[in-house]
Amino acid sequence: MPPCHVPGSADRDPNLLSYIVNRLLQMIPTLLGVSLLVFFLIWLIPGDPAQLLAPEEASAQDIEDIRRALGLDRPLVVQYGEWVWGVVQGDWGTSLYRRRAVLPELLDRLPATVELALASMLLSILLAVPAGVISAVRQNSWGDNVARVGSLLGLSMPNFWVGIMLILLVAYHLRWLPVSGRGGIEHMILPALTLGTSMMAEVMRVTRSTMLEVIRQDYIRTARAKGLRESTVVYKHGLRNAMISVATVVGLQLGYRLGGTVIVEQVFAYPGVGRLAYQSMLQRDIPMVMGTLLMFALLFLFINLIVDLIYGWLDPRISYA
Amino acid sequence: MSDPVPGTLLGGPEEQARSTSLAREALGRLAKSPLAIVGATIVFVFAFTALFAPWLATHDPAYIVLTNRLRPPSPEHWLGTDDLGRDVFSRLVYGARVSMMVGIGVVAFRAMIGVFVGLVSGFAGGAVDALLMRITDVFIAFPGILLALAIMAIWGTGLINVVIALSVVGWPQFARLVRAEVLSLRERDYVQAGRALGGSPVRLVSRHVFPNVLPIIVVYASLNISAPIIAEAALSFLGLGIQPPDVSWGSMLSSAHRYMRVAWWLATFPGIAITVSVIGFNLFGDAVRDALDPRMR
Repeated sequence: MPPCHVPGSADRDPNLLSYIVNRLLQMIPTLLGVSLLVFFLIWLIPGDPAQLLAPEEASAQDIEDIRRALGLDRPLVVQYGEWVWGVVQGDWGTSLYRRRAVLPELLDRLPATVELALASMLLSILLAVPAGVISAVRQNSWGDNVARVGSLLGLSMPNFWVGIMLILLVAYHLRWLPVSGRGGIEHMILPALTLGTSMMAEVMRVTRSTMLEVIRQDYIRTARAKGLRESTVVYKHGLRNAMISVATVVGLQLGYRLGGTVIVEQVFAYPGVGRLAYQSMLQRDIPMVMGTLLMFALLFLFINLIVDLIYGWLDPRISYA
Repeated sequence: MSDPVPGTLLGGPEEQARSTSLAREALGRLAKSPLAIVGATIVFVFAFTALFAPWLATHDPAYIVLTNRLRPPSPEHWLGTDDLGRDVFSRLVYGARVSMMVGIGVVAFRAMIGVFVGLVSGFAGGAVDALLMRITDVFIAFPGILLALAIMAIWGTGLINVVIALSVVGWPQFARLVRAEVLSLRERDYVQAGRALGGSPVRLVSRHVFPNVLPIIVVYASLNISAPIIAEAALSFLGLGIQPPDVSWGSMLSSAHRYMRVAWWLATFPGIAITVSVIGFNLFGDAVRDALDPRMR
């Protein structure tokens, strides 16, 4: 074993495993709460849900069918219990609109959304981290000012407007990229940029402020005093230590921006879970709405777990014991 | 400053004097930062526009002239007309009202719920605390916009429901913040002294804890006025937010999306309005933070 810290070194693995199991167990009450919230949010619909769910031209028989299909004739507690039990067993109900089981439909759509989220994360790492480093190293230079103004703009523009403007400029006027749909990488660029704008802004801001702190540390001065090249000092000694905060903020942002997929996917007609969620809401496809809400909560909790794990992996001072 | 305990306990003149000088100091710090002045100016212009919309608008924002559809900016219609021939500039002016009401209204409600939950949770501790924090976790586990959309889809669109939906999703951050602060405050000597003197929990919280949490709430609230403005625009953009006759920048963008190829001005100006007002509130929030809480810089 080398004397320095090796990320993920084997000596902490047993603790790590029990930590993961522990965290997964801790998710159970939160998920129960999530399911309760989702369920009662839907069933708090004022008036008769079956009536409300039915299309306007529905007959009394149709409404009765909906009521029976949803099991609305039974007590609430029973309905909730059956739904949760079904969810645990992988039966998330059947879509009212698509004539298809909820879970398979969600799983079909999930890769598109995960791809989109990862692409926007990749963009923010590739563009925002270097920008943040340069901004910090050349504090108050014109490059720093441009980056800071860009970051303020990125945090202030609504993502769907960014999307519209990108479509207007890049797709209509310049005709470089397709406007909508899903396919090769060219379909991914605009939605990922749109979803990633605020993420990039935040990642750049945090990278900059962390680097500003790090490069004032004694060990950086020591590294410089040793006569190391400036790039080595900045990247090996500086950025490596700043990575802990940067990785955390990237992960947290990924979780926060998940909701953005609902809007971005709609703007670009991108067939992911976000668009499915939105369409099901408009169609009042209750089982599907419940399913998408649950899926997003699961994704969020899962991302947070991974963030915590990466955090510990990067920072040897954190122990899972 | 003398011993803070008697002043705080009795709420005497010393406390009053201290708070005015703090306020003056805070204002002094505000005036020195150029970004703060930019932010405050934007917020002022924005608030002025919202308040005096009927006098500033050049046309009736709801007046439909189908023969005048999709006209580009001109001396008559400064920012052009939309797909129903309505004046875009006047609609932008009225849209400021909705954004302002949503921004301030939602933050106020979020703060109220969050402060209540946070105070109870932090001060009661034990099982109450555990339960409330679990509930908070549950709300945080959803992407806010998604939950708000679901609420809007179920309860129906309109300004009131937008404020309710966005308040329901944003309070947990306030609750966590307040709780964390209460946990550290309740062990302070002056709170302990209040307790030793037989103060009831309600008195302890209202006299000794809440006043000390307040600056943090104000800071966090002013940093967060912009978030509901963007969220409202998103809801309205998706057609699950503000309904006519109310004008929202988000719903303006929604119809703009359809006519993007033929009318660039429709998609451009409402977005700029949102962005500028959000920049204004963000800078203003930063300034309030710097002024009230120099530690957080």
